[in-house]
Amino acid sequence: MKKLYISLIFLFLYAPIFTLIVLSFNASKTRAKWGGFTLKWYFSLFENEAILQALWNTLLLAALSALIATVIGLVACIAMQSMKKKTRALILGIANIPMLNAEIVTGISFMLLFISLGVTFGFGTILLAHITFNIPYVILSIQPRMKQLNTSTYEAALDLGANSLQAFFRIVFPDILPGILSGFLMAFTMSLDDFIITHFTKGPGVDTLSTKIYTEVRKGIKPEMYSLSTLIFAAVFILMLLVNHTPRKKEKS
Amino acid sequence: MEEEKEEMKKSLVLLLCGALTAGMLSGCGSDPAAGNNSGDNAKNDKVYVYNWGEYIEPETLKMFEEETGITVVYDEFETNEIMYPKVEAGASAYDVVCPSDYMIEKMIQNDLLQEIDWDKIPNAKKNIGAQYFEQSEGFDPGNKYSVPYCWGTVGILYNKTMVDEPVTSWSILWDEKYADNILMQRSVRDILMIPLKLNGYSANTLNEEELEVAKQALIDQAPLVQAYVIDEVRDKMIGGEAALGVIYSGEAIYTQRENPDLEYVIPEEGSNVWIDSWVIPKNAPSKENAEKFIDFMCRPDIALMNFEYITYSTPNEAARELIEDEEIRNSEIAFPDLSQHPNMEVFNYLGEEGDELYNQIYKEIFSN
Repeated sequence: MKKLYISLIFLFLYAPIFTLIVLSFNASKTRAKWGGFTLKWYFSLFENEAILQALWNTLLLAALSALIATVIGLVACIAMQSMKKKTRALILGIANIPMLNAEIVTGISFMLLFISLGVTFGFGTILLAHITFNIPYVILSIQPRMKQLNTSTYEAALDLGANSLQAFFRIVFPDILPGILSGFLMAFTMSLDDFIITHFTKGPGVDTLSTKIYTEVRKGIKPEMYSLSTLIFAAVFILMLLVNHTPRKKEKS
Repeated sequence: MEEEKEEMKKSLVLLLCGALTAGMLSGCGSDPAAGNNSGDNAKNDKVYVYNWGEYIEPETLKMFEEETGITVVYDEFETNEIMYPKVEAGASAYDVVCPSDYMIEKMIQNDLLQEIDWDKIPNAKKNIGAQYFEQSEGFDPGNKYSVPYCWGTVGILYNKTMVDEPVTSWSILWDEKYADNILMQRSVRDILMIPLKLNGYSANTLNEEELEVAKQALIDQAPLVQAYVIDEVRDKMIGGEAALGVIYSGEAIYTQRENPDLEYVIPEEGSNVWIDSWVIPKNAPSKENAEKFIDFMCRPDIALMNFEYITYSTPNEAARELIEDEEIRNSEIAFPDLSQHPNMEVFNYLGEEGDELYNQIYKEIFSN
């Protein structure tokens, strides 16, 4: 019974992805017909500059915005650490509001803000927007780690002659590193699959994968997108395998 | 202690500022195309184009760049409704946009477009058929603002193996024989157009009694309909999942190629003819480049390349002459003679109240 339940869950989770993978090898352009096995969509994918550019933009955006948001979020957490409980709760609350806000509201607000400031829309505006909506997620994952932190180790390091930066990077940083990493990954993923905010803050000629795919809706999504999605899925899958297996090896040795 | 804390704070602030500037710099540096898009400091070597997704042969953009030295900054939209607020808000200034008929009318009414200087676009009047300019009068009186780019009709696609009588009228969509085998479009104007035309009314009517009749007809039809869909009509019809589907003529040729049992007709009561046209917004950074771009797109060889890529009908008669495949050149689907179909209508912009009335009726149909 348990096994049936679990396999049902996996079926629901993976059936759509599996369909997509199968279609990426379909020689016929329509999903209604199986035209034989082919790799041609994979070849034409790597010849399609627009899709590759969108992929590059997406990855660059995700990496940059996650990195910057992590730095800002980390600094914010350090600052909150030395605040009084009440102010900390207040600041934390304010930081959390954007997360609860509907994405479309955030997106339109950004557009209006950028217009009123006279900023040119382009890669820069998307980046700013992504950094902003990423920060709360980073804070949310670093903050609990910070709370568990024993402040006396930091003070001990200072007493033993380390300056504050040394003490931070040698003592505090390793302790909260898991929180920082998960915050970074969370921000990376949030930025990767955002559509609505990107849509409202993007300028002409700059596309991410999500906006690119959406524009294809009228004429039908190109099979190249299936093969790209398959590749991304494979990459994530392999990454997950690596992440899950490395620590175990370490423990054994 | 206190001093050191202070120092830590300072260095952190510095770190923060460093990160921010780095972010801004990399943001601007990595995308030169986004710079200088506002009106006053526009450079003359760029043209900003805003078009439907997958609505141009990418090769033609490269050819344009090579021939004129003007860089094309190309952007795409999904629907007219998504394009409009972006152009209206002026978030980004575009030189050339390609909306559909009723949206062009709305943009004209809201003073968002500039008049076109036809002398600067000699290829347009030379190559584009007169009947398309005539149809354009419906939304752009006097042909002042728009240059037709793609066009088509709305009709019935049917599977010859599943429908054995000749399809000539919209009324077949109400035939109980085909219960659960009918696909309808999920879009306000397209779906209401059908019962309006069937009853001999205008597809742009604001007469509430006529709309009431149309609404009731669609409610009566609902039990027979398999699904209300947007672009799944294509795949479902190719797969033989339905007998009859309402579809755009541009998709019909593609579906026929995939499944030869399919046939497309424009019902005798008339239908919608739609036109997507190039327009130049008021806040275009460079009208000169916009006109060069439009003129280039009207060249027969370029229009032919685009027709072959998009497969939607081209209004460019000179390009049509160049089509090698005789079957397509003379195809009744791709190039119907509009004089044979007297009741064809373009959609007009209905005004805000009209839009609201239509949306209200649309909601009532689906809440039943």
